[in-house]
Amino acid sequence: MKVNHRLLRGATLTATGASAARRRLPKLNLRLKLGITILTVFVLASFILPFFTSVDPSRQGTYLKNLPISGRHLLGTNSQGQSIFWFLVFAIRNSLMLGVVVSLCITAIATLVGLSAGYIGGWYERVAMLIIDSFITIPVLPILIVLGALVRGNSSFMLVGVILVAFGWAWGARTVRSMALSLREREFINMARFSGASTFAIITREIFPYVYSYMVVGFINTILFAINTEAALAVIGLSKVEVPTLGSIIFWALSYNALFIGQITWLVAPIVATVLLFLGLFLTSTGYNDAFATRRGVA
Amino acid sequence: MGLVQYIGRRLVTYVLVLFIGISITFFLPRFMPNDPIEGYIAQMQSQAGQTLSPEAVDQLRESLSDLYGLKGSLFSQYVGYLERVFLRFDFGPSFGAFPRPVSDLIFIALPWTIGLLVTTTLVSWTLGNLIGIVAGYFHNKRAATALEVFGILLYPIPYYILALTLILLLAYTWPIFPLSTTIRPGTLSFNQLGMILYNSALPALTLVLAGFGWNILSMKSLAFATKEEPYVTFARLKGTTDWTRMTSYVFRNAMLPQITALVLSLGTIFNGALLTEMLFSYPGLGLLMRTAVGTADYNLLYGTITMSIIAVATAGLVLDLVYPLFDPRIRYR
Repeated sequence: MKVNHRLLRGATLTATGASAARRRLPKLNLRLKLGITILTVFVLASFILPFFTSVDPSRQGTYLKNLPISGRHLLGTNSQGQSIFWFLVFAIRNSLMLGVVVSLCITAIATLVGLSAGYIGGWYERVAMLIIDSFITIPVLPILIVLGALVRGNSSFMLVGVILVAFGWAWGARTVRSMALSLREREFINMARFSGASTFAIITREIFPYVYSYMVVGFINTILFAINTEAALAVIGLSKVEVPTLGSIIFWALSYNALFIGQITWLVAPIVATVLLFLGLFLTSTGYNDAFATRRGVA
Repeated sequence: MGLVQYIGRRLVTYVLVLFIGISITFFLPRFMPNDPIEGYIAQMQSQAGQTLSPEAVDQLRESLSDLYGLKGSLFSQYVGYLERVFLRFDFGPSFGAFPRPVSDLIFIALPWTIGLLVTTTLVSWTLGNLIGIVAGYFHNKRAATALEVFGILLYPIPYYILALTLILLLAYTWPIFPLSTTIRPGTLSFNQLGMILYNSALPALTLVLAGFGWNILSMKSLAFATKEEPYVTFARLKGTTDWTRMTSYVFRNAMLPQITALVLSLGTIFNGALLTEMLFSYPGLGLLMRTAVGTADYNLLYGTITMSIIAVATAGLVLDLVYPLFDPRIRYR
């Protein structure tokens, strides 16, 4: 992705000149605007709305069963007597929180490993790269399934997050490393080294500002990864499905055969919410990448 | 010389990836709080109504740890495990379908997964890239923007959402395809083949659509950039047609990063295929994995997981080994 965007940018700027770049900008900002709008709506709604209800959305039998969509029950109620709307609100909030926390940890680890591997080099880099490549090649889902199967019953929502961090840092580390590699050869890094700056100081003061905007993009993409993977695990019943998330709501809808009893909203609502949320995250990350990562020019 | 080195390095990485992956699957469960054998014994006891005598339980525990290679120190277990997996591909018998060996079940399921994955990956990669190159080459046209928007809308949608949406639309609202896969065994005939295709259509469509967005978006920006290269301009001045330039000038070069991207995303594609198989009850590795989880069949679970790692690593190796056919620079370097 990043490589492509860099290629794209190089081509626009050199070949067709600044006018083409200016013409492209409004379109790119449209992506960012759209993405941020979607995200803002989701974040505000899912974090503010829970204050207006005193009901635990995952408790069964709170309302009458199978009520249709009405003013009181915006998305109706399901066959377990839960309000689909409130369940969805809590699900989005929990998924977002999980995504942000996991993504913070992953970004920190990926940056640390990637920067140090790219900058220190030598044996350390080879070993780190071997581990990174293995973690990228190994399909994560089967391993998560084993873990899910083993800790089922006494898993906690936090444990799911820890597992996601343990198996999700490699992609980011790889990207950061390749950027650090290209930066290592630059003049101003040599300058800093000859002036007697320590390795730590060079990484934090000289390299970090350059990779910062790419980290933001990576951060948003990792939120997407975390929410997606947790939801995928939950859909097959291997996450903490008692906690409402975008995946567990689908899990319950499927396991109570929502389709066969005609409760389409139970399944359609989380699908629409997931698609919108992911679109928002994706648009924000690509929009941000095009709008801000350009100015830093790592390539 | 360059080619030999390339292949050698690739083979070493392959073995190491397998080794690390299989080691992870060995050590992970041993760091977990639950003991599968105790779980199995508890299950047996509840089934037998607490009538098992303590001696019988001890005996059971003994024979189970023997059967599952859980005897001796961690190191000797590890060596034994590696030897069984690498040399004999032996995962012991399945709990759920006792006493059938796990490797048997895996080899029945494997052709389904491979068939589904290879076809859909080929279709989605080829079609996605063709659409992408047209969109990138004619980037001024309105249709190109429409294709890009299509890619942007499709790309972030996860596999399970695509699968469920297809089920909702094409199996529930308009029942064109079956809700879940039901493939009856039978001899290979046109009818049989037709039934298999009909039943595999929705899982296949899910996987094709899931790969589309990325291929379109990425190929579009690659083609757009490659089109501005001096050698393409030279070809244009030479008087070649748009078609020739698009296919044999732009596509041939823009294709290379796309192959690399495919290799790197194999794991993700495989994850998606597992999920899709589970949601459609398609009789491949994914369904086997779900059965294993549902019945707490740990041997089967480890067998399927190890097979997944081997499959993904091997696919990556094969793609990397044919890569020199597409990129002559590796051969002549």
